[in-house]
Amino acid sequence: MTLQHYLVISAILFTLGIFAVLTSRNAISILMGIELILNSCNLNFAAFSRFMTPPEDISGQIIAIFGIVLAAAEAAVFLAIILAIYREFGSIRPDEVDTLKG
Amino acid sequence: MEFTLKNFIFYGFALMTVASALLVVTVRNIVHAAFSLMVTLFGVAGLYVFLQADFLAATQVIVYVGGILVLILFGVMMTSGRLEMRIHVERGQLLLGGIVSLALLTLLLTVIANTPAWKNLTDDGTELPPTTERIGELILNGPFLLPFEVVSVLLLVALIGAALISRKEVRE
Repeated sequence: MTLQHYLVISAILFTLGIFAVLTSRNAISILMGIELILNSCNLNFAAFSRFMTPPEDISGQIIAIFGIVLAAAEAAVFLAIILAIYREFGSIRPDEVDTLKG
Repeated sequence: MEFTLKNFIFYGFALMTVASALLVVTVRNIVHAAFSLMVTLFGVAGLYVFLQADFLAATQVIVYVGGILVLILFGVMMTSGRLEMRIHVERGQLLLGGIVSLALLTLLLTVIANTPAWKNLTDDGTELPPTTERIGELILNGPFLLPFEVVSVLLLVALIGAALISRKEVRE
């Protein structure tokens, strides 16, 4: 296993996440895309920490743990907003939520 | 590259991660997509094990699979009453999004393949000591104490904010 194996997996995950965010018409699948992106980012941190720094330096792993914490906070707020939007509009399709549009 | 058992398992995890991530974005039923996401998260946890990040792998399983995924499933169930559980996709957007994603993937793969500093960094297979104790030292008694406290406050704020946003409004 080389560093590039992990980087390629992470690049594929990132691209799929971007694809989901760009194309889906449902707020929850957008959230899943964002989770994929965050996972690829954390995987990169862990991989660079393993291969590019001395073995006793695990700062990259700690950054990845902070990334997981941020993802949890983001998911909670995201779903709260989705619930509020659903109550207001009866739908979670992002293009139907256009009250602020002029 | 020789085909040892370790390599075999690594490629298994890699294939599992990538294939289920592909399912997450292509499957039409959103509940199926959520369960594919679970497989992806498990696969990433397996890759963390290969990176000898044991604490990170456990955290990934506990927080992502046990927390965030359940949250997503709750979100699906609470918002798909009248809406059918299908993911709507428009053709034009599918094409444009596909082009942008493919271009991005090509760019990333080119960078990965051509950066000299990232080449020939092989996992030599040395066993590192478990990371949990060192992570605890670094977070609670080291350079990561301040970020740790900031993140705690952020979690509290997110918790209160989520409860405030999603509650029913009481009109006097």
